[in-house]
Amino acid sequence: MSAQHPPARRNNLLTLVARYREAGIAIFILILAVLVTLRAPAFLTLNNFRDILLNISILSIVALAQTMVIITKGIDLSVGSIIGLVAMMVAFVFKASPEFPVVLSLPLGMLLGATLGAFNGLIISYGRVPPIIATLGTLSIYRGLVFFYSQGTWINSFELPAAFKQLSKGTPLGLPNMVIIAILFALAVYYFLNHTRTGRNIYAVGSNAEAAQMAGIPRQRIIFLVYVLTGLAAGLAAVLWVSRFESAQTNTALGFELQTVAASVVGGVSISGGVGTVPGVLLGALLLGMIDNSLPLLRISPFWQLALQGLLILTAVVVDNLILRRSQRRGRR
Amino acid sequence: MSEPILELKEITKRFSGVEVLHQVSFSLRPGEVHALLGENGAGKSTLVKVMTGVHQPDGGEIHLNGQRVEFNAPHASLQAGIAAIYQELSLFPDLNVAENIFVGRQPTTTGGRLDWRTLYREAEQLLSSLGMHLDLKQKARNLSIAQQQMVEIARALSINARILIMDEPTSSLTLTEVAELFRLVRRLREDGAAIVFISHRLEELYEIADRVTVLRDGTYVETREMAQISRDELIRLMVGRTISNLFPKQETTIGDVALKVENLTLDGVFENVSFELRQGEILGMAGLVGAGRTDVARAIFGVEPPTSGRIEVEGKAASITSPQQAIDLGLALVPEDRQLHGLIPPMNLVANISLPMLASYSRRGWLRAKQERDAAFQAAQQMEVRANNIWQRARELSGGNQQKVVLAKWLSTKPRILILDEPTRGIDVGTKAAIHALMSELAGQGLAILMISSELPEVMGMSDRILVMREGRVTAQFTRGEATQEKIMSAATQTIAAGETR
Repeated sequence: MSAQHPPARRNNLLTLVARYREAGIAIFILILAVLVTLRAPAFLTLNNFRDILLNISILSIVALAQTMVIITKGIDLSVGSIIGLVAMMVAFVFKASPEFPVVLSLPLGMLLGATLGAFNGLIISYGRVPPIIATLGTLSIYRGLVFFYSQGTWINSFELPAAFKQLSKGTPLGLPNMVIIAILFALAVYYFLNHTRTGRNIYAVGSNAEAAQMAGIPRQRIIFLVYVLTGLAAGLAAVLWVSRFESAQTNTALGFELQTVAASVVGGVSISGGVGTVPGVLLGALLLGMIDNSLPLLRISPFWQLALQGLLILTAVVVDNLILRRSQRRGRR
Repeated sequence: MSEPILELKEITKRFSGVEVLHQVSFSLRPGEVHALLGENGAGKSTLVKVMTGVHQPDGGEIHLNGQRVEFNAPHASLQAGIAAIYQELSLFPDLNVAENIFVGRQPTTTGGRLDWRTLYREAEQLLSSLGMHLDLKQKARNLSIAQQQMVEIARALSINARILIMDEPTSSLTLTEVAELFRLVRRLREDGAAIVFISHRLEELYEIADRVTVLRDGTYVETREMAQISRDELIRLMVGRTISNLFPKQETTIGDVALKVENLTLDGVFENVSFELRQGEILGMAGLVGAGRTDVARAIFGVEPPTSGRIEVEGKAASITSPQQAIDLGLALVPEDRQLHGLIPPMNLVANISLPMLASYSRRGWLRAKQERDAAFQAAQQMEVRANNIWQRARELSGGNQQKVVLAKWLSTKPRILILDEPTRGIDVGTKAAIHALMSELAGQGLAILMISSELPEVMGMSDRILVMREGRVTAQFTRGEATQEKIMSAATQTIAAGETR
């Protein structure tokens, strides 16, 4: 490779943001943390930080899976309903047989979730239905199944075995199990996306499906796979959800899909496909979690909480578009 | 002789520093059909886009009815009475014929509502005055290409266009439809309209055009009366270039048949394409854009498998239904459109180069980063890719370097049969020479190369044999010694009925 210097490029703010997207979010989080702490010192306590981590564990798991889908230019709107359905099913298993081994609940949830995800994947990759339509359909179907399955009843805390309730909250390793599971899951996704063939193929299909196909990548199989994985992650999240909140209700995780999309997009995942990183999404989830946590501390009304979340998403998307337009302009040069 | 209605004087147009039109002049009289002729890339389309205000010239003047004008945007030229009908038709498929004719200018009642009665009445009048028979309420998507063209022409005339530019209007019409179109064109000519007519079918030009202007490599060559110029002379004006020894294909020993294609057909795209490609040989595929050459390459590579026909790879019958199978059989395809089909622009060079061969850089699905990086680095170095480092994103490179990356990527698959689709289109002279030298070297190593190229000197300089395609069929085959630019151009432009040389 010859040591040729590229033509001088203006290093303006946008280029920097494009290159160091994660750093940008991290800085924003730090600034926010300082500001909140100045007003409400309770924010900067170990306990509160632990709370935040607990709150974003489930979100991170599902958002990371959602990220894989968004990288392929898709979206999975059914994750909330998958969580609802799997949560109900797992809760029923424990209600019916309280001796069911707690450890097995995790693989059981993942299997159920993956099955539901596989159905999404089939419709989208082989049935060629646009992802937003397909998963909008299964969002309703799966939520409908929750009612059908539970006959509208709830499973309450007293119906669940104590050992299962401790699954998410126990701290044998210092941190709550749930946080550890989320960290392990994030590491797994990180290695999957960056160090496996399939992971590389996901990015390739997302940023240029035609070129990927010409390079021999089985495009449909990749698309199918990301929905299966998202179902799996939602199933895992469902088990943790029941264990943590000690109940399964017909409206469990209702609307949760939007939060997962929000965390991805705020974390720098591009809705036009091909771009997104695990650290970015984790920071996105952390930012959302911090806002949820700090606004009550600052005694700001929950209305602002939602509005602020919306504002963040819009900002992220606008920044994204500016970057995209800029790189396209450069590509044409 | 009437005064010209439209005159272009010494028009120059540059795209990012490269001159695509150099002082081209063109004059159009009312009541004439004026053909614009030239090879691919001669500048016809750019000239048309200057006339229609899509591009603004960097030099030269446009005169309309003797007045100097400047078109800053397409609607400015439209208002001045210049309308273009492009190859890709631009109707609204879900609107009906009448709505399409008046789209954007629908008559309204005083209350601002659409005045449907006036709309249909005026559309009816217009069509009957042109002798067209179309159902006004038919949706555009249900019309044939020929009928859609009629609607476009009607739309142009409804805004009183006096200058009509028709870019390859006959390319997808049947013979009867062409006759119908020509009847209409003659009628417009009698009414005093001026028509710019672009077509590669020389026979048609003799039938319809009054004068012809020939462009070559972005420069003006000549304007002649159609009746006073022979076919051979026209072709000579179009190609009239001398072939320098820029393209060094070394002599190689031609080996066994590497790829054999028999009666390959993709319904509606190409039919009965047959050829043999041997080891160490470069087979050039000439023809005009849209002759079906790229489709043949894609079919062989399994991107869009053929509907019938037979492919043999190294003596064994092969059924290739996906690119992966083609890669496994030792084929590689460097596609025509780098940005669209060749590269993953946001990925770095390593990931781009390793993409088709990820399987061999991974164990049980896990990537071996070092192996991948070393292989990519080696491939990039061999191709002399100019980049800051191998982690640079593909989209940040120049066109020539991007092409080198695509080549590096496909050569790293160690192919035995290499298909190159327009390997040097739009890249700088230096890189071009490097790619030609590389092709020669690869052929010397026994690689079988199929090269699709629209550039005659390249085809003639690089190929051992040359195949010419025209409208989805192979119309001629020449050896290196036999081929002349005139013969190739003639085979690429003749109508099929006029002579199937195979």
